[in-house]
Formats: sequence, C-alpha cells, structure tokens
Amino acid sequence: MSDVSIRTRINGEEWTGAVEPRLLLSDFLRGNLGLTGTHVGCEHGVCGACTVRFDGDPVRACLMFAVQIDGHEIETVEGLSPAAGTDLRIADLHPIQRAFHETHGLQCGFCTPGILMTVASFLERNPKPSDREIREAISGHLCRCTGYHNIVAAVARAAELLTEVEA
Amino acid sequence: MSDRRRWIGERVPRIEDARLLTGRAPFVDDWEPPGTLHVAFVRSNLPHAKILDIDTAAAAAHPGVAAIYTAEDLGALCCPGPVLVPPPPIEGAIFHARTPLPLAREIVRHQGEPLAMIVADSRYIAEDAAALVSVDLDALDAVVDLSTALNEGAPLVHSDLGSNLAAHVRQTKGDYEAAKSAADRVVARRFRYDRGVAAAIENRGVLAEWDARADRLRVWDTTQAPIPIRAAIASTLGLSEAQVRVIAPFIGGGFGPKVMFYAEEILIPWVAMQLGRPVKWIEDRYENFFATTQEREQLHESELALTEDGRILGVRDHFLHDSGAYDPYGLTVPINSQCTLLGPYRIPNYESEFRVVFTNKPMVTPVRGAGRQHGVFVMERLLDIAAKELGLDRLDIRAKNLLDPDEFPHNHEIIYQDSAPLTYDSGNYAPALAEAARLIGYHDFENERRAAAADGKRIGLGIVNYVEGTGIGPYEGARITVEPSGKVRAATGVGTQGQGHFTAFAQVVAEAVGVNPADVRIVTGDTSEFHWGTGTFASRGAVVAGNAFGAAAQAVREKILAHASEALEVSEEDLELVDGTARVRGAPDVSIALGELARRANPLRGAVKPGTEPGLEATSYFGPERGTTANGVHALIVAVDPETAMVDILRYVVVHDCGTVINPMIVEGQIHGGVALGIGNAFYEELTFDEFGGTTNASFMDYLLPTATDVPAIETAHMVTPSPLNPMGTKGVGEAGAIPVAAAFVQAVEDALREVAPTLELVDIPLSPGRLFEALQDAGEEA
Ligand code: FES
Ligand code: FES
Repeated sequence: MSDVSIRTRINGEEWTGAVEPRLLLSDFLRGNLGLTGTHVGCEHGVCGACTVRFDGDPVRACLMFAVQIDGHEIETVEGLSPAAGTDLRIADLHPIQRAFHETHGLQCGFCTPGILMTVASFLERNPKPSDREIREAISGHLCRCTGYHNIVAAVARAAELLTEVEA
Repeated sequence: MSDRRRWIGERVPRIEDARLLTGRAPFVDDWEPPGTLHVAFVRSNLPHAKILDIDTAAAAAHPGVAAIYTAEDLGALCCPGPVLVPPPPIEGAIFHARTPLPLAREIVRHQGEPLAMIVADSRYIAEDAAALVSVDLDALDAVVDLSTALNEGAPLVHSDLGSNLAAHVRQTKGDYEAAKSAADRVVARRFRYDRGVAAAIENRGVLAEWDARADRLRVWDTTQAPIPIRAAIASTLGLSEAQVRVIAPFIGGGFGPKVMFYAEEILIPWVAMQLGRPVKWIEDRYENFFATTQEREQLHESELALTEDGRILGVRDHFLHDSGAYDPYGLTVPINSQCTLLGPYRIPNYESEFRVVFTNKPMVTPVRGAGRQHGVFVMERLLDIAAKELGLDRLDIRAKNLLDPDEFPHNHEIIYQDSAPLTYDSGNYAPALAEAARLIGYHDFENERRAAAADGKRIGLGIVNYVEGTGIGPYEGARITVEPSGKVRAATGVGTQGQGHFTAFAQVVAEAVGVNPADVRIVTGDTSEFHWGTGTFASRGAVVAGNAFGAAAQAVREKILAHASEALEVSEEDLELVDGTARVRGAPDVSIALGELARRANPLRGAVKPGTEPGLEATSYFGPERGTTANGVHALIVAVDPETAMVDILRYVVVHDCGTVINPMIVEGQIHGGVALGIGNAFYEELTFDEFGGTTNASFMDYLLPTATDVPAIETAHMVTPSPLNPMGTKGVGEAGAIPVAAAFVQAVEDALREVAPTLELVDIPLSPGRLFEALQDAGEEA
C-alpha cells in the first residue's frame, strides 16, 4: 500500500509528511521522529508505557496508527518541559516531573513517561484528587518497580505544586 | 573524621531522575544507528517436537529481507551455551547440565524455542517474512506435570539422559530422624508453588554494530551483567575482549532474567559481523513469555517436629523443582529454597533433599527472590499449622524459636549458593518481630476483628519472618577519579536497572572526598569504562559494589590529603575535605580546590616524585568472604468476602533490617516494589499451561500484574544491625520485599475466614480468587 500524507502538530510543532498506513503511532514517534521518550512495553494496549496525549487526552500509541493523527495534535513526554535545555536541572522541569523526583516516584523509569502523560490530563480535570481517585487514574499503567506507593505520592505532590503555580 | 558531611544514610533525591523524567535517558531500543537491520525470530508453537523441515525460500524472496538463518546456517556457532553458574561442591550431588542451542536443531524442547532468524530492513518486514516460513514439526509427548515427570515411562525432555532428573541434592544437619522420635508433635504437609514471569516492563533487546575500520564490536544489551556478556561474546566470536564493548544503558527493570546469557546475545552480534551492518532485535511481549526465563514451580513434602510448647526440634523437606527444558543457571534457585527455609529460627536438625526436573517448559533461572520465597512459605506455613494444632499463639511460636543476638555468627552447617557454608553474619530478630506486631496492632486485633464483623466484614491478620542471603561474592570493583574541574567521575562494572545506583554510589563517594553527590558522575554498565566485575544479582549491588566504592573513595581521599598537605604545607591531620576543597581545620581560608589538586597531580611538564601515580585516582575491589544475611517481618490485614473469594489488602507493614542504609528513600522504594511483585505472585500471577504444555495466558490481558488499585500503601520501618563482613556494614535489600508476601498473605486470608471455614488450609500459591473459591468449597464440604 502506498504511503499516506498527514499533517499534524507534535509538541507544538507542525509536521507534514507521508507514512506507511500500517505504521503504529508508537513506532512513528520513536522511529521516524526520534521521540524515544515514549516507550513500548507490550504493544497490546495494557501496560500504558506508550501513552501520549491526543488533542489533550491520553491514548495508547501502540493501539493507534500514525495516519490517525492527521489533523490532530500529539504531545509526548519530550513536550512536557520544553524549557529544560542540555544542562538538565530539576528546577526547569514541569511540576509533575518535579513531583516524581521529590517523592521517588520512579525507579527504572521505563513506565514513567506514559504515566506522566496520563497524570497531566488527570490533574487538569481533577486538580484536587483523593488517594483513591489517584489510584484509579493510574490503574491503567503497569509499573513493576515502585509498587505504585511513591507514584501515588508523586501525583498528590504534583497536584499541590500545580495549585501553587496557579496561585 | 569529624570533617565529613554525612551523606550515607541521607534521603538524597536521585541524580538520574532528570534524564528519565524527560525521556532522554537512553534505553537499548532508543538507539538506532543509520542502516540498522531488524530481526524477528520464528519460534516453535509446540513445546516438544521433532523438526522435520523448515522452508525459508518464500521468506528469503520477500522484498526487504537481508538474510535468514536456521541452525544449519550457523556452523560452529550452533553449539550448546555455557553453564553460567556451576553447582556448588555439595557431597554426593548429581547435576546434569543441558543448555540450549542458539537455534533449535532436530528437537524443540519448549514452546517459543527459536527455529529461524530473519533479518530485514524493518521489524515490520521481518515479521511479514516470518509468516512466510513454513515449519514442519512432528509433535512429541510433552513433560508438563512436575509431579509425574520422574515416573517410569514419562516422556523424556533429553532422551540421552534416560530420565528427566536434572539434579539431586541432599543436605543435612544433625539427625532429623532422632529429633522426630523425640518430638511431641510432627506436622506434615504438601505445598505447591506455581510458575510466573518476571515481567519487567521493558522487554529484552540487543543491538550490535561491527566497526570494520576500528575492528571493534559494539553491543547495546538489556543485561544485568555486561562484563560476563562481553567475555562470552568475545570468546564465542573469536575476538579479543578489548575488541568488544558491551553497553547496558538504562534498563527498564531486571528482576533476575536479564542476568541470564541468552542465545540472542550471541546471534545478533554475529549477524552484525556477517552482514557488516548494525543489527537490532527487540523482544516483544509475546516472545517474552517464552524466550525470557521464568520461575518458580516447586512441590514440597515437608515435616516439622516440635515439643509440646512449640520448640522446633527439626525440619524435613523434600521437594521437586521444575527447571524447564534446560538448566544453564545451575542450582541457584533450589539451593536458595533449601537454605532460606531455615529462616531466622534455631533449627538443630534439618534434612533437605531436592530433585531438579526437566520439563517441556521455558527455562527457569532466578527471578526476584530466586527460590527464597518457597523456603519461607514452607517454614512459615508449617509454623502456622503447628501453632493451630498445639493451641499456641502464632506470634509466640515464632518468637520462641528465633535466634538470639549472641548466637551470631550462626553456622547452619549446609552449603549456600555461593559455595560457602550457610552462616548468618549478624541479626537482631526479636525486636523486628515485636515492632511489626506493634505497628500492625497484633495485640489489639481481636477488637478490630469484632468491630469489622459488626460491619459485616471478615478481616484477618498475617505476620511472618524471613531472612535473605544477600551480597554474595565473588567481587566488584570501582574506579574513582577527581577531574580538573573538581567534579568526580566514578565507574563500576555492575549494571543498573532502576536501583538508584547513580545516587547511592555517589553518596558513598561524596562522603569520603568531601563533595556534593550531585558532583559525582557514576558510570555503570559500560565495559569500556570498567571491565572487572560480575553483575547485579542476588541483592548484591549496594553491598559488593558499594563497598568497592567505599574502598576506592578512601584511597582517593588519602591521595587528596597527601597532595593538599604538600601544597598547603600543613600536616594531613590538620586538613579537612569540605565542599570540594581541602582546607585547614580552624582556618578555612587556607584551602585549595580539589580540581587544582587534580591538575597538580597530573603535571604536563617537569618531574614527579619517583614511584607516584598520576592523578587523583584509585581503583579498588571488594570481595566478601561470604554473603550477608538480611532479615525482616511482613505483616498485613486483609478483608475477605467469602461469597466471591475476593481479597482486599487493608494494611501492609514491613519491618526490615539490611544493616547500614545508604539511602533510606531508595531502600523503601525497593521494598515497595518487592511487595507489589510478591502480591502479584501470591494472588494474581500464574502462568498456566494446557495438558500439551502450551502456555494459555501469554499476554498482559490474561496474565494479570497487580495495578495501583490492587497494591496497598506500604508502611516501612528500618532496623539496623550492621554486617561485620564489610566496612560499611551494609546488607542487600533488592529482593527482600518479594520474599515473604505469599506466606503472610495466606495466613491472613485463613485468619479472616477462620469462622466461616475453620478447616481451611491454604497450601498452594498463587492463591487466585478461583483457587481460594475452590478451597473454600472443599473446606465447606469437609466441615
Ligand atoms: S506498549 Fe502500549 S500499552 Fe503497552
Ligand atoms: S519504574 Fe520501572 S516499571 Fe515503573
């Protein structure tokens, strides 16, 4: 099958080009665009590692084709804190990223980018979540390292930091 | 030493986080040199079969396919892999080594064994071509059931052996028979532990690039042990070790299976050399259920002999251990089970015998816990049952048998996995048990139970002990260099899979040389940076590599002091190392920066004193004489619905003692993760097989990992009994969280159901809701 042209915005930047119709969104982001912060852990929609934001909502990039983002906007972990330059400083990161750092919300970090994207959307909708709501919000993500304990703490802390930013 | 700002013991946030949180930390699959070819494997659908024919013609003709290989095409490469861990020298032990070929020839012995390797322009094309390979297999009867695998007439996994026995080991201490005849009570039961997978969220992967001009091979590999992998690649491919660089960059979780040496780790570099192109293989999740090693099927027949008042006189344990189709990892897992069973208890007589069995299932090698949880499960269950039969309190029966602090070092008179006698270095067990009982509210629990019952809820409590042999040898090393910038660079050979090594090791270095941990750049898992060492396994990183860093840091400190004393013309005793400078005590203005000292220690012209080494650098090694023994207690409260058999964990408490703690935040994280994995093993995760040996739940849809709603908040408390076996006093913790969960979990569930099903005895793990439901039915019928 011949390639299909698409036009999209990725992390705020316009992208136009042609892709193979069967190319997964996850492979497109990682392979074609070099946005390797989006990880792939299962390729069947369960682990959540590949989660990106599609017009602001979290989606599993391994369950979508690249052609489906034509006319839509995608945000990946690389777009979370564009201010962070080569000299990476925690202070320059997004409040959600800072919260994960403060609370030790990541270990191997493989599941983390996907979780950050889900949390970004979740906290927009629910800025003051309860512990139960946080657990439910991240229950679509598998993490084998942290036991979720510190991820829950990280999300609660992120909610605090985000409210401080707004205040 | 009063100048030292204490970094060891501080909750220093992790230095590696920024790169991981921004998606910049590179994992193996994030590398892709231009022109990379991609590999897909054709794997056997059948667990046991004769290979009649593999026809690759159609696949080879598919556009974009660069090469296809079957066993016949591998030449000398197609020989059995090495035995990675030779069995310890135990008198009378039998061990038959059988290791897999890189690609199967003539016979396949487990589902997923690789038959052909396809190399193509993209993974998509490689998989298209894989579908075009036609494989003709003649199914053979498979060995599936562990309990009957040694029976006369059972099908044979390795026909040349004449039986499915892979190993037989018997170890004894004292005289169990005599103890039994002196006992007031003997409790005998059978226990079963089923299979599961490690399920690191990152699958395995290898990328290899042959640089013909430099005559060098570069390999990126998701391994926990880059240095042994380099040695194996070099010797198999006929290269000098200096020509091979193995890089284990960021790894998305290890948990044991990534310490194995797999056929793909040879095949991918070999193909890269054959084709002169970079070649990459990334395992997919389905493959991971077959191609990556697993754990932990065992069947135990066990006995506990006691006095009327609950004193242990002896234990007998006979068990079968499922090795899967091959046994490249020797006896590590069953020996861990055998040795860990003794736990923190005084057990004067022990008779333990196991048989390792070949079956037509994927290979078994250590997965977090590595056989230790079986031992803990058996011992703790026996104590629970004995307490019930003797009418004793389950806390009392445990407390009564704990080793006292003055009984250390305690030699158990049997051989451990590191080939040394199993000897506990130090421990203070009674306070840990008491603390856990206090934190979980053991003594007030009957009130809590009544209050819950009034709400129509059935709650139960579980509390168990464990020990964990950690920090075994042989050795690790570290090199530390102060750079002219004043920053410190430090390297070790162990790989890292999320344990916070970049931070914990930096703390050790920072404390000795008087800098901030943020100014210490740790490099792990790159053989071009450090090429001595064995790897990250057996909860040994913080102990063995940690102490190597400690020794190297001390040596660098001495060099700094010597140079500074010369530069400032004061005696070394009058100097302190603070904030990246060496300065005079009481006269902080008289100082010199470490960077300046580094420059002076490496002059470009002039003369140096004969016999001195350039630079502020030191390399040290640490090899413990034997492993350290960490310990702890897990306690939990569950609510069980007897109608649906659903279990809800209400509270979870861990009291643990891993000696000196470098970074409590990281240690707690290790425990949280271990407990979650343990909860999965105890209740959700069971790899199931059909009667022909095929896996029936090889996906994350069907094989259930615990999620955030299944795992409770975990309360932790630290006790510190330093190890006398290393200067820092550390013990390992990497696996501790996972080890006792199943034992604690079933005790709590039984306790919750004690009125509904007083005869209920849970002896099988994992205890899925389905299994619990059936056990409840059975208990109901008996009653
Ligand atoms: S990789 Fe997409 S959900 Fe697992
Ligand atoms: S941090 Fe390793 S999988 Fe979540």
